[in-house]
Amino acid sequence: MDATTHRFKRNAKEALGDSTLREALDMLAQGFPEKRLNAMARLSEFEDLRDQARDIKNHVLENLDLYLERYETRVTEQGGHVHWCRDAAEARQAILGICRDADAKTVTKSKSMIGEEIAINDYLEANDVVPIETDLGEYIIQLRNEPPSHIIAPAIHLRQHQVAETFREQHQDLDKDRSLDEARDLLDEARGELRQKFIDADVGLTGANMLIAETGSIVLVTNEGNADLTYALPRVHIVIASLEKIVPTLEDATTILRVLARSATGQDMSVYTSFCTGPRRPGDLDGPDEYHVVLLDNGRTELLGTEFQEMLRCIRCGACLNHCPVYKAVGGHAYGWVYSGPMGAVLIPGLIGLDQAADLPNASTFCGRCESICPMRIPLPRMLRSWRRQIFRRRQASATARVGLGLWSALAKRPQLYHKVTGLIIGTLKLFGRRQGRLRSLPLAGGWTGSRDLPAPEGGSFVERWQRGERL
Amino acid sequence: MTEARSAILDRIRGALGSSRRSADAADQVDQRLRSHKAGIIPNRGRPGNAERVAEFTAEVERVNATVAHVTGPAETAREVARYLASNNLPPDVKLAPDPTVTNIPWAEQTMLNISQGPANDADTASVSRALAAVAETGTVVMMSSPDNPTTLNFLPPTHIILLDAAEILGSYEETWDRIRGEAGETAETGGFMPRSVNWITGPSRTADIEQTLLLGMHGPQRLHIVIVDDEAT
Repeated sequence: MDATTHRFKRNAKEALGDSTLREALDMLAQGFPEKRLNAMARLSEFEDLRDQARDIKNHVLENLDLYLERYETRVTEQGGHVHWCRDAAEARQAILGICRDADAKTVTKSKSMIGEEIAINDYLEANDVVPIETDLGEYIIQLRNEPPSHIIAPAIHLRQHQVAETFREQHQDLDKDRSLDEARDLLDEARGELRQKFIDADVGLTGANMLIAETGSIVLVTNEGNADLTYALPRVHIVIASLEKIVPTLEDATTILRVLARSATGQDMSVYTSFCTGPRRPGDLDGPDEYHVVLLDNGRTELLGTEFQEMLRCIRCGACLNHCPVYKAVGGHAYGWVYSGPMGAVLIPGLIGLDQAADLPNASTFCGRCESICPMRIPLPRMLRSWRRQIFRRRQASATARVGLGLWSALAKRPQLYHKVTGLIIGTLKLFGRRQGRLRSLPLAGGWTGSRDLPAPEGGSFVERWQRGERL
Repeated sequence: MTEARSAILDRIRGALGSSRRSADAADQVDQRLRSHKAGIIPNRGRPGNAERVAEFTAEVERVNATVAHVTGPAETAREVARYLASNNLPPDVKLAPDPTVTNIPWAEQTMLNISQGPANDADTASVSRALAAVAETGTVVMMSSPDNPTTLNFLPPTHIILLDAAEILGSYEETWDRIRGEAGETAETGGFMPRSVNWITGPSRTADIEQTLLLGMHGPQRLHIVIVDDEAT
């Protein structure tokens, strides 16, 4: 998709004014964190599992070339094909090529963030292959022509009545007087619409939660069962996966699965965890005849060996979105690209460049919740700070911010001067705020005082008071 | 594509600084793959023999599936007929061609309409056989083969799984050992996986609309697990 990340501030402002979005985001921020806590309470080993999950991926990243080669060997041995792709364009061509060879008219799809990243739907459509999203959330936003707003709950920004309106608009051949009042009605309608499409599809395109080097398998995690109908029914199964998804063994995948669903939805395990290895075997009565893995780099190897390498441990559980005050305030669309929340604010600049995405690392309160709940223990705040340093060094920050930070740094390095200046400021604020004990507006701080008052200082600075002998 | 392959691998090696890596890194990687050591297995995944079935049952019920206990093939057929009737479901069943499933005396259940093979869209209920199950989370492990086609797990709205009581294990790791064990020698080379291994933990669901939990999105709306106890015990 085309990124609108450079318009983050405008996007965020619009999102803040959208009351329907507010309601939807409030529900999200209540639901997922509580469910996660309940799941954790049932598993005393959870913190130790996080450590192990982190160590597994660190080991993989340090040996990424070796594991990728071994994975490829296994896939080939099982009769599958691996297509290495440096960027989105190569991946799109590889997928279209396989679809053309299969003479495909329709492609069923189960939710894939990499699919979003390379904008495969638009590309297939432009080339006369019809992509059909089958995850309920993805199906809804495909009908609405919107990007996903959350990694694991793509339509979380919508209320039920909006979904009903979309279905009425798009499913024109159904009875106009039918009831769509209940969520169940919507589920039944979507299920009915998609049923025959699963069966008719020539190609099934899925993502992969993990790739397993030991066996050449992919791991697919869903609750709906749509991924399973997507790979089991059509003649061709294409997997699109980014190359950092690799883990060594089935046991390693198992350890990561123990933290994935608990962090994401608060389930102990998702309903369907599927391990697919190659095409159907001799004698099998179903399953695809062809099996292709499109292995995508798209900027990830650029992060290796840098201060952002640890971001490649991410398993896309969405927990950092669910716990982020900024995400909760503006939602996923404001971030302007496929990813959002803290992981998006770190990853997007790395993948599409700091020029377009400089606002994202700045939109953080540094509350640290994301790091504290990340199942892979990714130091997200540290990486956001790294991006901020780069933004400052590249003189990309606004003139006000640069001058402000320059002044502050000059002051902070000169304690005598610092005390004089802060003393002066405190005195001035106290003078202006003396009547009400607070300040209604302040030059250069309109952003703060626009929505609240600044309490006026009561006395001198801490150091002054300490020197006067005050002990609290 | 070969060009992309070598470009990507070169970039990785450049970024990691192959000099930083010890000379026997490749051997260590191969050793790690061969030994496939298990990580932490939670206490929940290590129930004693006595608690295993009870823990499995409790976890299955938490995720909105149901469990029945039977002894022997005749009782299995009766349970399937009973389940369908008591839920007001059509008496039509698509069986996995697995001999342990087809050898059950289905004919004694005269109202059941029995057929076998992979699932198609018209099927309303399927019966297939689990390789094993995991008490830790109430997960059933299905393995694709000519005997147990994958589509039976996903296409019909009702899925009935037959599970030997002795195959209820503690953890997922034990099920991997079971699959490796069945494969014998190929386990050494990693080529032991069937086309699909499916962990199933409850019936299909979605919460994509306002986080409202609804069952039966694309996979089965009903999951019934029939635990078959050994007749001798």
